[in-house]
Formats: sequence, C-alpha cells, structure tokens
Amino acid sequence: MSDATVDYRPMWQALGLDLEAHDMLLTAIPQLYADAYLSQSDRPEGMAYFDFVLSEIHGLRIKELQDHKAAGGTVIGTFCLYVPEEIIRALGGLAVGLCAGAEWAYDQVEQLLPRNTCALIKSAMGFKMGKVCPYVESADLVIGETTCDGKKKAYELFGELAPVYVMELPQMKRPQDMSLWRSELDRLVTELERVSGRTLTLEALQKATKEVNDKRRALQRLNAARAARPAPISGKDALLAVQVAFYDDVPRFTQMVNRIADELEQRVAAGKGVAPCAAPRVLVTGSPMSLPNWKVHDLVEKAGGVVVAEELCTGARYYEKLVAEDASTVEGLLDDIATKYLDINCACFTPNPGRIDDVLRLAGQYKADGILHYALQFCAPYQIEATTVERAAREAGIPVLRVDTDYSMEDVGQLGTRIEAFLEMLQG
Amino acid sequence: MRVLGLDVGSRTVDAVWLKDGAVVDRAVFDAGCEPQEVAARLVGRRPSDRLVATGYGRHAAAERFGAAVITEIGAYALGAAHLFPQARAILDIGGQDTKVIRLGAAGRVLDFEMNDKCAAGTGRFLEVMARALGVALDDLGAAALAADSAAAVSSMCTVFAESEVIGLIHRGESRDRIARGLHEAIARRTITTLRRVGALPPLLFAGGGARNPALMELIRAGLDGVVLAAPEPQTVGALGAALHGSREPV
Repeated sequence: MSDATVDYRPMWQALGLDLEAHDMLLTAIPQLYADAYLSQSDRPEGMAYFDFVLSEIHGLRIKELQDHKAAGGTVIGTFCLYVPEEIIRALGGLAVGLCAGAEWAYDQVEQLLPRNTCALIKSAMGFKMGKVCPYVESADLVIGETTCDGKKKAYELFGELAPVYVMELPQMKRPQDMSLWRSELDRLVTELERVSGRTLTLEALQKATKEVNDKRRALQRLNAARAARPAPISGKDALLAVQVAFYDDVPRFTQMVNRIADELEQRVAAGKGVAPCAAPRVLVTGSPMSLPNWKVHDLVEKAGGVVVAEELCTGARYYEKLVAEDASTVEGLLDDIATKYLDINCACFTPNPGRIDDVLRLAGQYKADGILHYALQFCAPYQIEATTVERAAREAGIPVLRVDTDYSMEDVGQLGTRIEAFLEMLQG
Repeated sequence: MRVLGLDVGSRTVDAVWLKDGAVVDRAVFDAGCEPQEVAARLVGRRPSDRLVATGYGRHAAAERFGAAVITEIGAYALGAAHLFPQARAILDIGGQDTKVIRLGAAGRVLDFEMNDKCAAGTGRFLEVMARALGVALDDLGAAALAADSAAAVSSMCTVFAESEVIGLIHRGESRDRIARGLHEAIARRTITTLRRVGALPPLLFAGGGARNPALMELIRAGLDGVVLAAPEPQTVGALGAALHGSREPV
C-alpha cells in the first residue's frame, strides 16, 4: 500500500515543522517499532495494517488531514478520552490524539515546566516546542480538559503556542457534577460551531455517534478474544490498536480492526496463540500509554508473560462503554453522550470505586494471574490510587506489582528484573 | 550432579558450587569493569554440569555460558529457605538495589518490593557516603557504632545526602555521628518498606549490606522478632541459583 516515492517534506515544511529534528524523530520510531513489534512471532496477519499505519504515521495520515481541511473540514487535537469525538465529527472535524508518548525537547520544556512534571505533559509540550508533531500543527483547535492539576496548568502555557480550548471535567460524580458536565458539552458545541462555521444537526450527531460506537464495538470484539487461553494476540499489538484508534480514520480503522477480530476468533477456535498456555497472564492498569510508549508491555512480554487486558485510557476505558443511539433530539443525544463520558473511571475522580470494580472485573474476565499497576512518575492521581487498587486486589487474592516510571530507558534494567521476578512469582 | 550458581551483580560476582546438593566451594569477586570476564574466570575454576545465572548480568551470562536464569528475587528466596527454613522474609541490601521479599513455604515468593532506578539506601549509597566522610566502606558501620548519638540526616537521595553530609562536616559535626545518622536513616526507610510488604521476622538479612554491623544492629533493634544472618551473606543469591539448577530440569 505504501508509496515510497511520495515526498512529504513540502507538506511538513508548510506545517512549520523543524525538518531536521523531525528527521531524527522519523529515524528513531521505526527502530523502536521494529524492536518491540516486528520481532514478535505468530502475529495476526491483520496487524500488517498497523505496520502500515505506523510507517505512514507522519505521512499519509497527515496528508489525509490536509485534504480534509482543504475540503472545508477541521482537525481537532485532543489529549484525553473525555473529549467527545462524536461532537467533533458531527461538526465536520477529525479528532486526533496529539503526540505525548516519548521524550522530546525536554531541554526546552524544562524552561517552562518544572522538571518533576509527568512525562505525558512534558512530552506533549516537547513535541509542540520542538516542532515535530504534524498533528498539533494541523489542528485548528486543541481541546484540553481539567483532568489533573498538571494538565490544567500546562494548558495555560500550551495556549501561548497553539489555539487551546479547555473543558471543565468535574472531579466527582454527583448530580450537580453531571449538570456541570452536560453544560460543558453545550459550551463545546458552541465553540466547535464557531471554529467549523457549521451548525450541529441531529442527523450528523447520530451518524457520528454510530461511527464512533462502531469503532468501540470493533475494539470490544478484538479485546474479547484475549480472554482465551492461549492469548491469540500479544498485549503490545492490542495496545497499539487502541493507541492508533485515537487518530486514525474512523470507518477504515473499524473495518480493519473487525478483520483482525475475525482472525482472532478463528485463532481462538483453533486453539492457536502467541504465547504458551502456561505463560503468566497480566492485567495492566494505571496511567495512559500514549504512542509510542510500549515500555511496560514490551518488558512483560519479552520476559515471557502476556498482557491480556488494559484498564487504561488506552485500553478498556476507551472502548468499553457505548453511547445510547436511540435519542431523537440533539439535546437527548447530548445527554446520552454526557452520561457515557462521565461514566469513565479515571483516577482524577474522587472517590473512584468504579475503577476498582473495573480492575477486578477485568482481571476475572481475562483470567489474569497478576495485576501490574503502572503509574507515570509525578502522576499523583494514579500513584496514590495504586494503594487502593493494590489493597482490593490483595483481598481478592490477586498479586500486584507496582511500577512507577517514565519514558526514559534508564530504569529498564531494574524494571526488567522486577517484572521477571513478578512473573516467576505468578508461576510459583 | 555438579551445579554452579553464579550471581553476576553490580558490585560483585558471587559463585556457589554444589555437588549432589551440598556446597563444595564458594567465591566472592569484585565485579570490576568487566563482570562477564570475572564470571568467566569463576566458570573456569571448577567443572560443572549445569550453570544457573542470577543478578544484573544473568542474561549476558546465559548467552555466553549457556546458563539458565533466575531473577535475584527468586534466587534469594531459594537460598534463604535452604539456609533457614524458618525464615518468612528476606532483606537484601545489595550494590545498587534493595530487595524485600515475603516468603511462603519452601522458598515460595509471596510478595516482594525492589527499589527502582534510585540508589537510595543501597550499597552504592553507603559507598558514596563513606567516600564523602573519608572512611573506608568496611569501617563505616564501626564508625556509626562508635557514636553515642546521631547527627540528623534527612535526605535519602544519594546525590542530596552527599551534599548534606559535606554540609555537616563543614559545620564541624563528628564523622561518627554523621555515619550513625546515615545508618539510622537507611534503617528507618528499610523498616518502613518491610512493614509495607508485610515482610516480618523471622527475617534473613543478606546481601553485602548485611556485612555492615551498624545496619544489622539497627535493623534488629527496629523489628520485633528474630533477624537471621547468613554466614556468607553475599552468596545467598548464588546459592539459590545453584539450588534452582539442582531441583528441576532447566
């Protein structure tokens, strides 16, 4: 599918990228990808689509975004799964998750942000300041949200560099919080109508809701197959699918993921897997893992374990819940969208018993032998909630390994030893 | 059957040779700059039918010598259970990490904790502090025991604690009292970890840190119950690796 002769440099230049720095990034990613992904054996054939997507991550997809803009559409950048993609799409926008999964231009970032800011925020700022993310440069608007103090305050500085609009996400789930959140959706509609020059219609919102739900249904199918023993797909590959869901073309992605799900269902029926039946099965829960952050999955799977589920923003939190599709008014559908999104269990909420229930339910459903709690350093919500998760898992008799880390590779030695020892313990 | 257990650690390479389950020889060598070369010398010292490697260099050793591998956590658990069947916990203060293990029967690991990339409270921490104080590492524990009280040391970060120690020296604080303060800080931190993991006595204190008499005394004083000491505290991991090689096909 790839057309190696296409020269994207004029496009990148027009977007204002730092071409020299961007070249460096484009040499680093394929090496990382080859080491983590292409080295795996028995991958589902359908994963070739993702190999292609990754190879064209700053090429073809960016070209599609430019074509969409030229045809009168908008590109809307997001950093969080609480930002409703349905509303963006219904107003002619393409939602794209922005780059925030690798260390970049920290020397510049640390002139603005404290060094002890979480890697996700520093990375997002670094990709913008270093001018290497064609997604943010394509965005007509970046939608932020008040999920944590770090992001909330960083958006003030990010707003000096890009057009930023911030949604207020409440931090509790009482009726008054729902009414605040519902009013935030109205505010978002007004803002996106302004940016796009369009008016929200029921028909467009229904179509967008159906398309985004279909994307989630496809991911649900793919992930459901992972409950089988042996696991028919690696955790790394399944994680990649959700990471790519944040910015790929929605109908195409849905079709491709359904194709992989077909293949996985056949594998499960044939008892075929990517890891031996005895491989320890691990549920990963915690902070988001933005592309290309595959660090923990890679360590677990290279040490002989298999990740069978992710209770992550780049995991079950993204695809498990659907928006009800039967509303017959714009207001009604916005109510249903508000309900679906506020129902996601992020550690920024207090209290957050729903996440504990999700972790234990997923551990049972996917027959996890152990839980790996992953938190980014300085991500207080997840680092603190780890104690609650660990306590509940212990009571349920499931061993937990707590990992606090960042995007650097300096701790992979120690981390690898801890993960190997955890897997040995699970095999006990 | 002759089995060599090799613990290729960050500061030392340790070896234990078993013949039909009994220890026939052991060795502790400085890892130097080429730990795999040191390992090669140990491998060549005696013939063995099987080799099991643990420690940081275990995967490199596996590749070079065709060894099987086990993590330090698993190896310490097996070694400790062999030496002291009654042990229910292990504290291992090694060159650049500290491990705490809660043990079940027969060397089964029930839970463990290990520091991440930070070297706070490890052997490396003691080395840096000994240098800042101008005391040999082996004399640091004795210096701490010679003090009748401790200077307050608040930082456990190797980098910050070094600055703090230098500041204390410049304020005229005695070296013994500073050494005492450092050991008390490590012991406090370690005991907090032990309690969090539920790794409580009977506890085996092993690793290079167990050779430090002040740490041993402070850990004993801070815990209710029996704190055991291995005769060769640095070779518990190598012993566990050798036992792993003896007990099942690897």
